Amino acid sequence: MDLTFTADELAFRDEVRTFLRERLPQDIATRVKNGLPVRAEDYTRWQQILHKQGWAAPSWPKQFGGTGWGPVQLHIYDEEASAAGAPRTIPFGLKMVAPVIMAFGNPAQQQRFLPRILSGEDWWCQGYSEPGAGSDLASLKTRAERQGDHYIVNGQKTWNTLGQHANWIFCLVRSDPNAPKQQQGISFLLIDMKTPGITVRPIITMDGAHEVNEVWFENVKVPVENRIGEENKGWTYAKFLLGHERTNIAGVGASKRELGRLKDIAAKEHKNGKPLSEDPLFAARIAQVEVDLMALEITNLRALSAEAEKRAPGPEASVLKIKGTEIQQTLTELMMYAVGPYALPFHRESSEEGDLKSVAGPGYAAPLAATYCNARKVTIYGGSNEIQRNIISQMILGL
Amino acid sequence: MDFNFSEEQQLLADTVRRFVRESYAFETRREILKSTQGWSRDTWNELAGLGLTALNVPEAHGGLNAGPVDTMLVMNVFGEGLLVEPFLGAAVFTPALLTRLSDEKAAADLFPVIASGERIVIVAHQEPQTRGAIDHLATRAEKSGDGYVLDGLKSVIAHGGAADELLITARTSSQTRDADGMSVFRVDPTSAGVTVNSYRTFDGQSAADIELKAVKVPAGNLIGVAGQAFAAIEGAYEVTISALCAEAVGIMKAVNAATLDYTKSRKQFGQPIAKFQVLQHRMADMFLQSEQALSMSYLAAIKCTDPDASERKRALSAAKVIIGQAGRFVGQQAIQLHGGMGMTDELMVSHHFKRLTAIDLTFGDADFHLERFAATPAA
Repeated sequence: MDLTFTADELAFRDEVRTFLRERLPQDIATRVKNGLPVRAEDYTRWQQILHKQGWAAPSWPKQFGGTGWGPVQLHIYDEEASAAGAPRTIPFGLKMVAPVIMAFGNPAQQQRFLPRILSGEDWWCQGYSEPGAGSDLASLKTRAERQGDHYIVNGQKTWNTLGQHANWIFCLVRSDPNAPKQQQGISFLLIDMKTPGITVRPIITMDGAHEVNEVWFENVKVPVENRIGEENKGWTYAKFLLGHERTNIAGVGASKRELGRLKDIAAKEHKNGKPLSEDPLFAARIAQVEVDLMALEITNLRALSAEAEKRAPGPEASVLKIKGTEIQQTLTELMMYAVGPYALPFHRESSEEGDLKSVAGPGYAAPLAATYCNARKVTIYGGSNEIQRNIISQMILGL
Repeated sequence: MDFNFSEEQQLLADTVRRFVRESYAFETRREILKSTQGWSRDTWNELAGLGLTALNVPEAHGGLNAGPVDTMLVMNVFGEGLLVEPFLGAAVFTPALLTRLSDEKAAADLFPVIASGERIVIVAHQEPQTRGAIDHLATRAEKSGDGYVLDGLKSVIAHGGAADELLITARTSSQTRDADGMSVFRVDPTSAGVTVNSYRTFDGQSAADIELKAVKVPAGNLIGVAGQAFAAIEGAYEVTISALCAEAVGIMKAVNAATLDYTKSRKQFGQPIAKFQVLQHRMADMFLQSEQALSMSYLAAIKCTDPDASERKRALSAAKVIIGQAGRFVGQQAIQLHGGMGMTDELMVSHHFKRLTAIDLTFGDADFHLERFAATPAA
């Protein structure tokens, strides 16, 4: 057993650091490091820079234009990119639909879609959840009726993240309403967002952000060639996709960066005439989340190395999801409490503009309450943490 | 980055596991606990026969110099079987301290008999006000003629009563809370002025309070340099905490397995209680916490010999926090899910629970280490 990096791995880390120092736009890093909203054009700009470097898809195999990095390199990259303030990867194209296209798409689909995901030309979004199908996803109702070489799609998707910027959506649709089991009548379709009959309606969340949408389908014509794999086998591909969503699900690198921000804020705030970081109770709260994060980092590395050796079936990712999201939430909570009443003033527009000034109080305090509110989502999305506990009890404990 | 164990390490773990399963069954342990001294010399000799007492002794002195990862694997199994023999004290703590004191004469005298299991040598450092803070040392050693006179009280020393010889820490200079001025002395527990008050602890282990009243020791009994022992004591504690964490991890694994088995077989409302989601989620959380504990036990084993003192301190304290908290949760929930049966002496789970509880109270509890972690800046 050995937890140190080899000379090659250290050289790789230096290469990543140099790249980030030279290529990561500082205006984007400033947004990320201060918890300000990252705009769609920022994501695309960064994706194009990564593409030029050949690092657009760290987790893809080389044959499709990925880096082919192993688990330790992925870990190092995540750690360094997060620390430098690189934006997160929008997962829907790179980490969700792409692995499905690689595993189950035909060569024509692979050639058509994968390069445009790498380059950032296509922005993908997800059509999974429906008003009546959340944790019980297989009960989805959006209908796809076959008419010759097309499907006619009718229905409603919801909790669609950043679909207002997307030009493609991957959808789970019901192609056989009479199948004996719900899971058996579902197909996996790739749909051009410009197709007539698609309407995207914003859902404004409690932090004032437009991050999620409803997507309505009214007699939307989708060519059969845009179906992945076989008709009515979509559930298999959907489950495969959910398995791949776990890549970097623990979010260790980003949480380490946020822990650093929490410590910076606590050092600047004061209580009883002393820096808040020296307050015994608050210092203990910070220490608690830090030790939890240390443990998560090792658990994550164990999972990565098991995955590399193909030893783990994958349900261990549920542990990473639960613990990782709990830590993310705790960090946003502690940052908000660290600034006390100055968490209250709210002026979303200046945050959107990447402005570090606040309407009142210190600039770093301005986005904290909104971030806290926004982070409530992390234990709900990607399979709620209750669903993750179901997965652990069924897949690991055998209950 | 490699989480695999060598073939030799796997072989070691298998050997110890076979020994515990075949020769240290729950009933055997129960008989041992009924005996007057509360642990078994025969078992100790068997452990010595397997080479385990030599595990942490340097090769130059007839040992295996195996290191913290091997110790971790052994302690995992001892946790599972709830070994009550003085392995942690005599075969982990003492060799770790002796190695760090770099005293050739004491090493040549003691290591061979420690390695062979012939003599049980126990370190007595903890005092009533220590509570994890190992820089607290009130026991004094005053220079007198060509020797020293020791006065003080050592408290809740695991297996203090089993010791054929004690290694007593005492202050030859400076004040109670100073790191400077600490020394280590060899003391025969039968010497005049030494009172050993042995007792059982609630987890079935044995411990003793050791009172030293004007105990005379010759100058040659000082190990290492007078007043310079703190770094060695701290380092030895860290190695021992790593081993203790591994014991807790072994227990948690056993407790989770037992709880799973029990809830699958226990029926209420016409079905196994494991069918109830509220219990499933509890067991998922028990699994999650034991995984985090396992991760920190790995980190503790790797870092407890790190040359950087603050790096070591942070890793070991972080591990003790996570393992203390996880142990408390897993132990408490295991009893809860076993219902009334969990309360009984008859089931192993209550014994596992008690040992997990005791481990958190040993060498500084989760709160102590959280505070220590917060006060230790990253290197």
